[in-house]
Amino acid sequence: MSKKITIEPVTRVEGHGKVTIHIDDEGNISQSRLHIVEFRGFERFVQGRPYWEAPVLVQRLCGICPVSHHLAAAKALDVIVGAGTGDGLTPTGEKMRRLMHYGQMFQSHALHFFHLVSPDLLFGVDGDPAIRNIIGVAKKFPDLAVQGVMMRKFGQEIIKATAGKKIHGTGAIPGGINKHLTQEEKESFLNGPDPLNIDKMISWSQDALTFLKGYHKENKEFIDGFAAFPSSHLSLVRKDGALDLYHGVLRAVDSEGKKILHDVDYQDYLDYIGEEVRNWSYMKFPYLTEFGKKDGWYRVGPLARLNTCDFIPSPLAQKEFEEFKAYTGGKPNNMSMHYHWARLIEVLHCAEMMKELLNDPDLMTGELVTKGEKRSEGVGVIEAPRGTLFHHYAINEHDQLTMANLIVSTTNNNEPMNVAVNHAAKQFMQGQQKITEGMMNAVEVAIRAYDPCLSCATHAMGRMPLEIVLVDNNNNIIDKKRR
Amino acid sequence: MKSPYKILIYGFGNPGRQDDGLGNAFTERMEQWVNDLGLEGFEFDSNYQLNIEDAAAISDKDLVIFADASVEDIEDFILTQVDADTKVAFTTHAASPGYIVQLCRDIYNRIPPTYLLHIKGYEWNFREGLTGKAIENLENAVEMMKRKLQNPDELISSFKSFEYKEVY
Repeated sequence: MSKKITIEPVTRVEGHGKVTIHIDDEGNISQSRLHIVEFRGFERFVQGRPYWEAPVLVQRLCGICPVSHHLAAAKALDVIVGAGTGDGLTPTGEKMRRLMHYGQMFQSHALHFFHLVSPDLLFGVDGDPAIRNIIGVAKKFPDLAVQGVMMRKFGQEIIKATAGKKIHGTGAIPGGINKHLTQEEKESFLNGPDPLNIDKMISWSQDALTFLKGYHKENKEFIDGFAAFPSSHLSLVRKDGALDLYHGVLRAVDSEGKKILHDVDYQDYLDYIGEEVRNWSYMKFPYLTEFGKKDGWYRVGPLARLNTCDFIPSPLAQKEFEEFKAYTGGKPNNMSMHYHWARLIEVLHCAEMMKELLNDPDLMTGELVTKGEKRSEGVGVIEAPRGTLFHHYAINEHDQLTMANLIVSTTNNNEPMNVAVNHAAKQFMQGQQKITEGMMNAVEVAIRAYDPCLSCATHAMGRMPLEIVLVDNNNNIIDKKRR
Repeated sequence: MKSPYKILIYGFGNPGRQDDGLGNAFTERMEQWVNDLGLEGFEFDSNYQLNIEDAAAISDKDLVIFADASVEDIEDFILTQVDADTKVAFTTHAASPGYIVQLCRDIYNRIPPTYLLHIKGYEWNFREGLTGKAIENLENAVEMMKRKLQNPDELISSFKSFEYKEVY
């Protein structure tokens, strides 16, 4: 009997998702989909509000990456207040924002790796779910668990020092920033008691990479082969081609490394990127319009960023980047599980960049805000932990927001996540009569590689029980399980 | 007034989603009270949700009060002991107080007396501000906790088991 398996919601990702896997009469996987089943219209909600509220309002989307939304909104409003398109801020304004952003990336990536991914690596994809979690990691590998906790804490403290507070931070304002870093804060981050200082964070970032590379060596077949498929890749890069998580131009390369989006100004993103709606998901499917809906999809996030950039402008991360690039002979890396490798290289880069900024006197003195001639529309783009994040706003003569369009990182990765699910399902479930917990987790591992935040993507609140439903060809439920 | 105890009051939730901000509002109200009376030994924190670093934050405390909005079928609020939770935390959205206590035990070998204040909420849309009924519940919870925290020995000494126990 042909049947459909539903995994709902997906575990250890942010928000609420559901996976359906259709199996035909012969036990072959005929179709797999990642559905997004909640929706709340955030873009409509902000209409009519004063534009300067946007950087704070957008943090209501989700508590996981509020800083990314805060900064993307502020960058869009920089354009509206005439402060340029991302490179017109005062040195203090830009550097404080960068420090905030690196702190956010550092803690988000660390949380994802230690909290969400390491259990799969340490206990196996089909390991006992009772211990395949951070509690299990804490029991068996306490040093690793402590590192995860303290790296996350360090990043959170950086955010607090730059954004002002953990909830509804107000640090980034249209045209700049509203505070300097204090001498006390700087001293604490640079020379605080072990382990909460930047040198320890750099050292632990290197340790995490060593751990992952060791795991890769022992599990090459899984890490290289699981949910690997060719795709295009898109991200911001600095004008000279360097990795830049805060600002740059849009670049995309195809699976062979050929540039297909040529370092364009993101103010013109609508000329290059379209969004397709499909009737089975609330999450849209972005694509490069030049290549159409079928072939124009792309990956974003750490893997994509390391595929699009030419180099990393910090020495330790650059060395790791060279090893990463050499592994695929300089070609783009299309292996989903290598997101984790790329993510940890970015962790190291962020730590290095934080140290450089903490030693920069511009953070403690200097003008905070730039002003210029007001405009009625602006686009802000940032490389958020999960990938390229677009915020686009328009205002009226009363300074009220009249239009908001957000393409969040996870939405950009919608099609690749669906492809990854399909690959994982075929690899682990093809021809199987019984679906085990390990098989279900394998599908989730494929999704987790992309570190999706489904709350942001659908602008919804997440709930997280796990439900499995078996449905036959006529959509009759033949089995249902929940965990 | 000097206290021999280190007490953490930690509200979590998203104040941009109406009554989801009850825990944060509770923390603000208690901080104001502590400042007005000049009490010592208290620390306050707020965040969108609990996360793994909070295991470090509670590890050296003599008493921890988490405060959160609740959709449970309760009248206005309840205060419960927090049991170490060994269940899988599916997402970082869902890091429960019990999960944080468990992590603290496994990493720092210590379980501080920890309670969760559940305050009943009603509306959860993209909007600032608590509903009228939620404010009433908040006021009731604040008054009860003021009384409890003027003499925290009872809360500390009564934290003896990990059985889920309603204490008020």
